[in-house]
Amino acid sequence: MNVLETENLRFVYGENTPFEKVAVDNLNISIEKGEFVGIIGHTGSGKSTLVQLFNGLLKPSTGRVLLNDVDIWEKPKEIRKIRFQVGMVFQYPEYQLFEETVYKDISFGPKNMGLSDEEIDKRVRDAAKFVDLKDSLLEKSPFELSGGEKRRAAIAGVLAMDPEVLILDEPTAGLDPMGRDVLLSHIHAYHKTRQNTILLVSHSMEDIARTADRILVMNESKAAMFSNTAEVFSHGKELIEMGLQVPQITRIMMSLREHGYDIKPGILTVEEALQVLLQKIEKEGAAHGS
Amino acid sequence: MVRDITLGQFFPGNSILHRMDPRMKIILMLTLIIFIFITFNFFALGLVVATVVVIVGCSGVPVKLFLKSLKAVIFILLFTSVLNLFYGSGTALWHWGFLSITLAGIYFAIFISIRIIELIFISSSLTFTTQPTDLTDAIERLLKPLNHLHISVHEIAMMMTIALRFIPTLLEETDKIMSAQKARGADMESGNIVQRIKAMIPVLVPLFVSAFRRAYELAMAMECRCYRGGEGRTRMKQLHYSKVDFYCLGAVLIIVSGVILCNIFLPAVMR
Repeated sequence: MNVLETENLRFVYGENTPFEKVAVDNLNISIEKGEFVGIIGHTGSGKSTLVQLFNGLLKPSTGRVLLNDVDIWEKPKEIRKIRFQVGMVFQYPEYQLFEETVYKDISFGPKNMGLSDEEIDKRVRDAAKFVDLKDSLLEKSPFELSGGEKRRAAIAGVLAMDPEVLILDEPTAGLDPMGRDVLLSHIHAYHKTRQNTILLVSHSMEDIARTADRILVMNESKAAMFSNTAEVFSHGKELIEMGLQVPQITRIMMSLREHGYDIKPGILTVEEALQVLLQKIEKEGAAHGS
Repeated sequence: MVRDITLGQFFPGNSILHRMDPRMKIILMLTLIIFIFITFNFFALGLVVATVVVIVGCSGVPVKLFLKSLKAVIFILLFTSVLNLFYGSGTALWHWGFLSITLAGIYFAIFISIRIIELIFISSSLTFTTQPTDLTDAIERLLKPLNHLHISVHEIAMMMTIALRFIPTLLEETDKIMSAQKARGADMESGNIVQRIKAMIPVLVPLFVSAFRRAYELAMAMECRCYRGGEGRTRMKQLHYSKVDFYCLGAVLIIVSGVILCNIFLPAVMR
């Protein structure tokens, strides 16, 4: 079943001014329930605009966005409800922290939903657990936390709304490798437990390769590719032409392939590569031995 | 919502106004603004209105943008003109309790509202057609004589440049923070005034935090590039007066003398 769908979706910034710019052009895609979709694209390819269209922060110039087969702008007055269903974590979300304590900040979303105090408490603690924030941190001021902790607290603020679709815009930007690994594994665990749909926008092909089932490639406001991860990364040349990269290990395996080794395209992780190479060596070793 | 604020927004183009020297532009705009406020009859006022219409037409900036900048002051505009309506002396045309409207009051209201509109249009045509950096550059040059009074003009100009430079940045930041809080269900579009002000807290706190962070980073970056004030500083871009500037100067002088003549020889309706 499709949880999100777009119909001839188009969005133009600053219409009828010299700054006019088409950010999303005639997009028709559908995202299934429970999928983990990676969205990649060059800077300015329209991916950030697209995700803001998904949760009703921007209104399409033309076309429609369907959430569970209903146009999200059918009742413009109730667009807030859509925003609770499609949770959105912005780039550098730690800059939106404002409350006196981390606890209060995480409860901002659930409070706006009008939930009961008990329910809010439960959600805040659940969300904090998902991103591994200790109870002792909850009573601190968000401005006392470290960079990585701030980031996780801000993400918890969106998780606490328990959205059906979770959108993360560059969640690992500016984190050190350690913080990045930790955060990605939290997101992955969250996806596994809740079985909800996640859209991850990222510049990091490694992040996407590790987590996504399918990848949407945005290029010049259009969807250039949309298929499963291995398939997309096997089109290394096209991606590079769009100013994108493929994961480092995929690149290495690609160049081995170009040098005449019989290796399947679209290898995404070091583990997979290791296996393929070991098999290869065993086979060839056996061939040389005889 | 935030994007409606057009103050200090540059609109690229290649009109006469864009090509004028910013120093001349500031002087002429100031002259015109002064003369809006010393028009005493409809002929003089009409002359200035016509000038402003020509300026707006010449600027190559869509009229819609000018109207948008008017939106910000519409409340002040209505308030002052309605207030002035009841302020005139003379025989009352209509009255209700202690309120009475006189012919002079109506004139007052018309003059004041037209003056405010002209004021906004003229100052916006300056900011629409001049890059903020050119503008502060010109102000620095024009105020240079104040250096003799031990007023550090360069520092004032630098502060203005920085302030102007950060208007769009802060607006963008505000927009981003608002989106982020809206994504968490913040409701900024409904409720009474108290509720709306309260709803701004989740936006203002992060905005202040980031403004201080930016200020700190900027100071650091300037020091790293050995900035140490205006003394002995040379400029990459030199300002020059050209023919266009003198044509415009001539035109404004003619208009100004027209206004003065109208004021002297035609009956005044405003005092």
